[in-house]
Amino acid sequence: MCQVGEDYGDPAPEGPPPLRPGRELKCVKCTEGLPVVVIRAGDAFCRDCFRAFYIHKFRAVLGKNRLIFPGEKVLLAWSGGPSSSSMVWQVLEGLSRDSAKRLRFVPGVVYVDEGAACGQSREDRAKTLSDVKLILQTLGFPWHVVTLEEVFALPPSVLRCSAQKPVGTVGTYKVAVDSFLQQQHTLGAEGVGGSPSSAQGEAQPSQPCTQDPQDLAAQTEALSRLFDSVKTLTAKEELLQTLRTHLILHVARTHGYSKVMTGDSCTRLAIKLMTSLALGRGAFLAWDTGFSDERHGDVVVVRPMREHTLKEVAFYNRLFAVPSVFTPAMDTKAPEKASIHRLMEGFLLRLQAQFPSTVSTVYRTSEKLVKAPRDGCAAGPRCLLCMCSLDVDAADSATAFGAQTQDFSQMQPSTPLAGAPTVPCRAAEVGRAPNCCQGTRPCRREDSRAHVIEQLCYGCRVNMKDVPSLDPLPPYILAEARLRSQRPSPEIQEYLLENSDDEAHTSGSGAWGPPEQEGKDGQTACNCINKNIFN
Amino acid sequence: MAAPLSVEVEFGGGAELLFDGVKKHQVTLPGQEEPWDIRNLLVWIKKNLLKERPELFIQGDSVRPGILVLVNDADWELLGELDYQLQDQDSILFISTLHGG
Repeated sequence: MCQVGEDYGDPAPEGPPPLRPGRELKCVKCTEGLPVVVIRAGDAFCRDCFRAFYIHKFRAVLGKNRLIFPGEKVLLAWSGGPSSSSMVWQVLEGLSRDSAKRLRFVPGVVYVDEGAACGQSREDRAKTLSDVKLILQTLGFPWHVVTLEEVFALPPSVLRCSAQKPVGTVGTYKVAVDSFLQQQHTLGAEGVGGSPSSAQGEAQPSQPCTQDPQDLAAQTEALSRLFDSVKTLTAKEELLQTLRTHLILHVARTHGYSKVMTGDSCTRLAIKLMTSLALGRGAFLAWDTGFSDERHGDVVVVRPMREHTLKEVAFYNRLFAVPSVFTPAMDTKAPEKASIHRLMEGFLLRLQAQFPSTVSTVYRTSEKLVKAPRDGCAAGPRCLLCMCSLDVDAADSATAFGAQTQDFSQMQPSTPLAGAPTVPCRAAEVGRAPNCCQGTRPCRREDSRAHVIEQLCYGCRVNMKDVPSLDPLPPYILAEARLRSQRPSPEIQEYLLENSDDEAHTSGSGAWGPPEQEGKDGQTACNCINKNIFN
Repeated sequence: MAAPLSVEVEFGGGAELLFDGVKKHQVTLPGQEEPWDIRNLLVWIKKNLLKERPELFIQGDSVRPGILVLVNDADWELLGELDYQLQDQDSILFISTLHGG
């Protein structure tokens, strides 16, 4: 930097052609190229070295964590933004390399149209969609375009953690790679261009293609209503993220993808780490910001861009013409203090400007977080929305923490309902204040809200405080909540008569269905939850 | 002392939203006493091009953290940042990295 300073002090050049001052530095890597970008705290790279550095980082992150097996189907979550566009581009380039260094998985791309949640007009959404499809068609992977409205058609099974496929050890990874290479060799089909083994150019139409436009309009309306009912921008962003995750998970499961790649960059993950701490999700930092996130069981979320800073991504995209589609998000042009996410972003970036190692320090901290050992998903109940293991003990009412998180379930007397459920409180409309009946008549709506809240982790409960009514939520969430709260615990089971209903349950919804056969996790889940209901 | 300069100012990554959605602006900077540098350019942009929400683009003297500046496709950190003196036909690009992922 000192050398650069010396140069700019020169007087204006005398005659044509003007010399451009300030580039006396040479590339730190090859020491001969003209540097174009400064990475980290002062390393100047020339164009070619920067490209090599960038690509190498991507491959190294994938290679270091040997999670993606050859031939595996991987879904790339593309938002149109710079980081995910860069990721998709890297995969495209990686697949077309020569055989020794070629990426060996089978990719697909998913794009989620969130225009309804962000308040975009139909014309804007259509335009964005056409830009998106243009780019998707040039990729050559199978692609899926889904709208966020489709969350209203999701099945409750998306919230269940499926049995985890056995994760390979390092040994099995090597074996898999070797056998794959051998297979390719014998097939003799290698080395010809860059066609991935899956159908090249097969373009999956957006699904569902035969949706009734009136249906779609109704769903868009419902989605807008949902997001309008949320009081704070923070809660809206969290809700959006949750719904998006569920949707992508559903797409992955439906089409047989076992991995999902998201384009979270280093800067974004550092911001996410701090934001999660502020939102009460400290217990799940390792999953939220680590390389791999196995909370869903069968589908693993990986973050291959986690070592690239936003600056590197932006430069790469500019220098090498990576196509991306800009869509305004929920927090576009929002003031600094509009949400916790914005505040944290502003804080970290400002700090980074003065102390250039801020982001990398926070990021390195996230690397050191260790996930508590769990065996599959059979260890305790999971949060309904974020699917992490519950970190609250709702029976702990003695502490202030317990009292705070129990505010709704304590409002109603826990007297068991005899016989059929009482008439639901007619006065409880959407958005009405919770204490409508003043406790004189058990309000079914309040009951169901309490049951949903009980099944959430602390962070999600805090978010739900800003959602005044659970009615606008997509039906799969409420259905799954109802299902989970209906499962009997083994202690109660023996007191129940064969066909009798409800002497001992307060879920207030009539006949007692047979508990779902879900194996260990269902039983443990219902143990924990029922313990709370019958307390 | 400084002759009028013709430069191209471009916005990307979402920054164009603050400029009526227009990405490329071909501007002619008027002749003035001091030579044109990025610092002066920012003041000029704020006065003449920026349509709304100046705090989302400019912070104090410089650009808001999170906005990258490229001069002729090179990092401005290599060129002296705010003190780089503009030349005729330069291309200055402001990319906002704060959008999307």
